[in-house]
Amino acid sequence: MNERDALRVRDLAWLLLSVAVVIAPHALRVPVWIAVFCAIALVLRFETGWRKKNLPGRWLLTMAALACVAGVLLSYRTLLGRDSGVALLILMASLKLLEMRRSRDIAVVVSLAYFISITNFFYTQTIATAFYTFGAVWLITATMVGLQHRVQAADVRRMIRVSGVMLWQAIPVMLILFVLFPRVQGPLWGLPQTQYSGKSGLSETMSPGSLSELSLSDEVAFRAQFEGSRPSVKQLYWRGPVMWSYDGRTWRTEPPRAAATGDARYEALGPELRYSVTLEPHDQRWLFLLDMPAKLPPGSLLTADLQVLNPRLIRNRLRYEATSVTAYRYGAQISQSDLRRALALPPDAAPRARGLARDWAMESSDPRRIVARALDYFRSQPYVYTLAPPPIEGDATDGFLFETRRGFCEHYASSFVVLMRAAGVPARVVTGYLGGEFNPLDGYLVVRQSDAHAWAEVWIAGEGWVRVDPTGVVSPQRVETGLAAAVPATDPLPLLRRTSAAWLRELRYTFDAMTNAWNQWVLAYTPERQRNFLGSIGLSNVDWQDMVIALFVATGAVLLVVALAMLRRFAAPPADPAQRIWLRFCDALAARGVTRRLHEGPRDFALRSGTQLPRLRARIERVAKLYVRLRYGAERSAALAAELKREVEAVRTA
Amino acid sequence: MRLTQRRVYILPTRAGLLFALSLVLMLIGSINYSLSLGYALTFLLAGVGVVSMLHTWRNLAHLSLRPGKADPTFAGERARFHIAVENAGRLPRTSLAIEWPGQAPVHFDVPPASQRTVEVSLLAGKRGLLRAGRFRIFTVFPLGLFYAWANVELDLSCVVYPQPEQGRVALPAAQASTGEGAAAGSGEDDFAGLRTYYPGDAPNRIAWKAAARSELLLTKQFSGAAAAELWLEYAQIPDRLGVEGRLSRLARWVLDASMAGMRYGLRVPSLEIGPAIGQAHRTRCLEALALYGIAP
Repeated sequence: MNERDALRVRDLAWLLLSVAVVIAPHALRVPVWIAVFCAIALVLRFETGWRKKNLPGRWLLTMAALACVAGVLLSYRTLLGRDSGVALLILMASLKLLEMRRSRDIAVVVSLAYFISITNFFYTQTIATAFYTFGAVWLITATMVGLQHRVQAADVRRMIRVSGVMLWQAIPVMLILFVLFPRVQGPLWGLPQTQYSGKSGLSETMSPGSLSELSLSDEVAFRAQFEGSRPSVKQLYWRGPVMWSYDGRTWRTEPPRAAATGDARYEALGPELRYSVTLEPHDQRWLFLLDMPAKLPPGSLLTADLQVLNPRLIRNRLRYEATSVTAYRYGAQISQSDLRRALALPPDAAPRARGLARDWAMESSDPRRIVARALDYFRSQPYVYTLAPPPIEGDATDGFLFETRRGFCEHYASSFVVLMRAAGVPARVVTGYLGGEFNPLDGYLVVRQSDAHAWAEVWIAGEGWVRVDPTGVVSPQRVETGLAAAVPATDPLPLLRRTSAAWLRELRYTFDAMTNAWNQWVLAYTPERQRNFLGSIGLSNVDWQDMVIALFVATGAVLLVVALAMLRRFAAPPADPAQRIWLRFCDALAARGVTRRLHEGPRDFALRSGTQLPRLRARIERVAKLYVRLRYGAERSAALAAELKREVEAVRTA
Repeated sequence: MRLTQRRVYILPTRAGLLFALSLVLMLIGSINYSLSLGYALTFLLAGVGVVSMLHTWRNLAHLSLRPGKADPTFAGERARFHIAVENAGRLPRTSLAIEWPGQAPVHFDVPPASQRTVEVSLLAGKRGLLRAGRFRIFTVFPLGLFYAWANVELDLSCVVYPQPEQGRVALPAAQASTGEGAAAGSGEDDFAGLRTYYPGDAPNRIAWKAAARSELLLTKQFSGAAAAELWLEYAQIPDRLGVEGRLSRLARWVLDASMAGMRYGLRVPSLEIGPAIGQAHRTRCLEALALYGIAP
């Protein structure tokens, strides 16, 4: 066969379409030159196939391959990383297309197409991605079916149907393997360091504008599920980074200091709340627990200021269980160094605010009175809670307190703590999330980046650290109901946070519940989750050997069912009653040594068998005549069929 | 012969092994990067692979094969065998192939509840009875990952005539068979027309000019031999040609005589075929030459 004719143009088109579909999601991520290179290779390959031209020579392709490697090295500075590996893979697949001649090359291209489709999961594993990839796999499989039509080009519907049937039958196998295949905690080898930039979330610093910017993001920070009754939204202070040091504009966390035994001693004033959190990766170590953490997730670390830290940076979705008490008293003892740090202010910061605070301190030395005085100040002055605060000129605290008076939670928390420290009350800034939204469909609380919040804690002798949220004074709705109700309608709020459109909210709830179920059951199916799940269906304490046995048994059962369904279809099409009787008659004669030949009609067969079995000749002829009348004649009477049956029975028993 | 489950064997193809290798790599990648969807995709493809094995097997199993007719041919040419493949079930069978060792496979489809006749050709090396022997029916449909095959031996045989001798070979002199007088001539003189080429026609009788104009090979026919009667005798041919050489020459004579429209008879040791004309006679003579000296 001529090598240029080896691949039909239509098969080639399907193959190129498959490759294009698996490369497309990557094309948006890789440098432009790579996407352009792949597109050119695809078009070029189609053109050569279409016009039956020769493919580029070997040396040209070798040069192109070397140029691609050099290009990837220039663009990524490495060949080993995940991203550069993917880039190389799609470039080499495109080049392979240009030297695709024989069926062996085609097999390589098909395998590469499957392989590229899995690399997309490095970047996204949403439901939409899953559907897209399933479609891509269907397309590739249909292409393979088309390629195997050797006699004539396949009918498109048949390609899609045959491949669809196989995928459909493969789904039970997939489910069994997915559930039972012993999961291993990755990685098998050190993961290449990858840039995780662009993850939004709370950070180690807080300056004016940092939280209001974060609040514009609709991204989910984490989801929580409570055991028992739901707490009210205003109890939901999710504790994150705690900040002590202030440089006049920016607040910073301290290097983490493990809690000494006395630090976390607390007195519970209410019931315990048990809940589990599924945290989205944020490339930091904080685990968000409700104030105040009572029982920590295993393996986590508690700092002296009650931040809960994961041992490693959180780069995969993480699920943990915890217990908190929302009404508590803690931190009655404070060390001198903590006291010093909780009162420190840069000497030149906020001169006007310091003057105001000194006045309050003169009036009363009782810290409770000073706190009340400050909150009163926020309440009585025309402060506005807004997502779009105007830029502040000069000192950050003074500018906000006395000039703009429009700010988001970080402005209120920051200036409140500055005022407290200036008045001699130990205070610190706590950032985290406030509230969240219960999804009525699955009962999960969804906490988004837009729920990011900052509040203050003051230390009062005899009471310990007490939470004070100055934002709640300015805008009670923020604490009671949430962000959307609290900010002016003209503020640029993320679309999904607007509460007005009911249908939109419904849609969002549905979408979110689906995403959550997906995350919980598909993406977070870890070794631990596998153990739990197998335990819940009565397979507790199975080791991996048992799992492998179960795996083989279950897969074998599925394949057996498929095979039996296939065997049934080997049989001839269901015959009409007359034909069934006739076939029985043929079997009876075959048992006597006269087998009907395939080309023999009833009359010929009757003639031949009649001569070979003269004793039955009369009956045989009657049977044939009846059968011909029943099957080919116009009349279909039941009496005739019964007669045929009688005659055949007579032949059988004769 | 019916391809029952037991007769059908199955093994992965090279493409299938490559596919399996990619699946292993995908699984390792999924474990290393904790890609849940990676696991799912790998397992889905593994399922497709295993299911495709069943589909490949099913594409071949439960077919019935029967020997069909085989036209006689001359030694050195290709013998064409016919094999009837019947699919009694409801499934279309796609991209089946029949293959003899060392020969290019012949691909064909068999729609549901129907029968296909597949023509395969084998080189007929020497005269006699050519038995087709064992062949293989196989398929890699639908994905090319598995190769299912069955080895089949059908009662397929074909008569191979001796290769007609090439070059200028004159017919033996004709004898007057009746009292009407001398033979009208050797049949070389008067051009009578053209007829289609038969294998064995002498090259110098082929109408090359006419062949260049049309697609068909045509042979010039000459008249003047109608009344002649000819005995083609083994004994007339010199010994030095050997048995096969003599049979070759006899075959050539049979063809030439038949083409010229003469009445001819054949005499070989132990067999005599009386003078006659026509296709059936020609076939009978050639068959006798083909099977000469071969135990039936």
